[in-house]
Amino acid sequence: MKKLLSILVAGLLVSAALLYGVHWLNNDQGYAGDKTLTVYNWGDYIDTDLIKQFEKETGIKVVYETFDSNEAMLTKIQQGGTTYDVAVPSEYMIDKMIQANLLLPLDHAQLPNLKNIDQRFMDLPFDPKNKYSVPYFWGTVGIAYNPKLLGGKKLDSWNDLWDPSLKQKILLIDGAREVIGMGLNSLGYSLNDTNKAHLQKAKEKLSELTPNVKAIVGDENKLLMQNNEAAIAVLWSGDAADIMGENEDIDYVVPKEGSNLWFDNMVIPKTAKHVKAAHQFINFMLDAKVAAQNTEYVAYSSPNKAALQYMPKEMVEDKRFYPSPGLTKRLEVYKNLGQKNLAYYNDLFLEFKMHRK
Amino acid sequence: MQTKHYQKLYMVPYFLWIIVFVVAPLLLVLYYSFFDVEGHFTFTNYQKFFTPVYLKMTFSSFWYAFLITLIALIIAYPVAYLLTKTKHKQLWLLLIIVPSWVNLLLKAYAFIGIFGQYGLANGLLGLVGIAPKQILFTDFSFVFVAVYIFIPFMILPIFNALNELNDTYIDAAKDLGASKWTTFRRVIFPLTIGGVKSGCQIVFIPALSLFMLTRLIAGSRVITLGTAIEQHFLVTQDWGMGSTIAVFLIIAMFIIMAFTADRKRGA
Repeated sequence: MKKLLSILVAGLLVSAALLYGVHWLNNDQGYAGDKTLTVYNWGDYIDTDLIKQFEKETGIKVVYETFDSNEAMLTKIQQGGTTYDVAVPSEYMIDKMIQANLLLPLDHAQLPNLKNIDQRFMDLPFDPKNKYSVPYFWGTVGIAYNPKLLGGKKLDSWNDLWDPSLKQKILLIDGAREVIGMGLNSLGYSLNDTNKAHLQKAKEKLSELTPNVKAIVGDENKLLMQNNEAAIAVLWSGDAADIMGENEDIDYVVPKEGSNLWFDNMVIPKTAKHVKAAHQFINFMLDAKVAAQNTEYVAYSSPNKAALQYMPKEMVEDKRFYPSPGLTKRLEVYKNLGQKNLAYYNDLFLEFKMHRK
Repeated sequence: MQTKHYQKLYMVPYFLWIIVFVVAPLLLVLYYSFFDVEGHFTFTNYQKFFTPVYLKMTFSSFWYAFLITLIALIIAYPVAYLLTKTKHKQLWLLLIIVPSWVNLLLKAYAFIGIFGQYGLANGLLGLVGIAPKQILFTDFSFVFVAVYIFIPFMILPIFNALNELNDTYIDAAKDLGASKWTTFRRVIFPLTIGGVKSGCQIVFIPALSLFMLTRLIAGSRVITLGTAIEQHFLVTQDWGMGSTIAVFLIIAMFIIMAFTADRKRGA
């Protein structure tokens, strides 16, 4: 009995010491009180030097966390275990979050740098008058390919991917909307189509692509393309830019049938605890020079018009990443199709993945 | 009387633990499995599970888990046996266990490098004059990596069983003129079957619900029930369907436990 008691006391003492240690560490690094800000962003989606700069300028400590899908982010914000002050969802998710009453309206008076954003990217259907969100980056979905591994072959349309000579060469991104959307686009349908007959047709067409598909992966596609492990990848434009920075043989094309135009946007979730600091952070990221530095690091397309002048000319003039208005017209933004249709998209995608050659 | 009273008191934390962390989550999973995407009470999730897509998925999950367990067993038994014959068995055992302390994801990423077009495996094949092969994103690589990850969990219980085996039984078998093979078949193996069973249990059940490896190593060419659960919870937000699959996995696990349970206890 005595022994048990002493073990218990020892355990309590150790716990108390650990608790105090954590408290002391947090204080030491400034993670206590009101001077903190929790940012929830996609992985590898900010120049971390800028976080340090922000901390230095404002004295606010930034806790930075990352997610790898909009849905995972939504789940965590809904559960509310961590109170995120700034998050960066994509446009269709913002629509959903507004409807679910998960976002705080922005105070535009606290965001003077909002004037830097290109008018083309303001007041979009998913968030009229930018009441809840500010664009962070935009881009397209397209095909990155390595002509050297394809005997000099050039690709410019979705249907090129069905060429029998491309056996076991293509990496697809592990996303239902991206892959089903590609099937729909290749047949000339809209990537927001909810007609079940069209969707079935798209799935059947995708099944024919199976012999050409090497793998369906996530962020690993960058590494695999850089190292010449794969010749073709369907991916987001920013990832393509990243790869092209590492491997100069690789080219990127937005297919002529049309594709997806997407936006990632900064928002303040309803659960935010540091609303003022969140506005400060958003305004900081909208600063022309900061946005330019961030864009050079992240390599997605910046909606910040004022930032473009601080960026290298070859970057801004690259038509593959800042496409001409002619091509932009054929690009579509994902609409929030509702839970039921989304589930149907996912079922089809699952069936496509299960389809063996 | 006094001690009995205390004994009951000691059980309280245990029961609390079981209720909060075992019973309640299981009931929640069961509860969620009766709701569709829009939150209506329904049995459609169960109907959906019996459509070809999910049945095929269940079948392939079982098939891969079976393959992984079988291969792990075939490799682990001789290894465990040899281990008991070495001089520093604890050291050798430690060397086998240490890799299991490394994070699973790190190991998976390492294998992406090793199995790549320009990786170590193809380099070695090249040395003996075989042209580079597609190793990554195949069934082979998936089963290989899964076996590699699970093998320490198979070796440990078998090693313990073999280690506790009384050598006099083997001597007796020899004295009575049994050949080596017969000794193994009639004496050693039956006496260590407990270790084999728990090893199979520890490997088969997690193998049934593997999910990260299916994407990283198999390139989403192998779809297991675990992958589907992850998709339904994180992507589709269809918690009902995800829970339904989980319910079937739990049932499957109970069946496996029943099969591999030690029957001697009842006798």
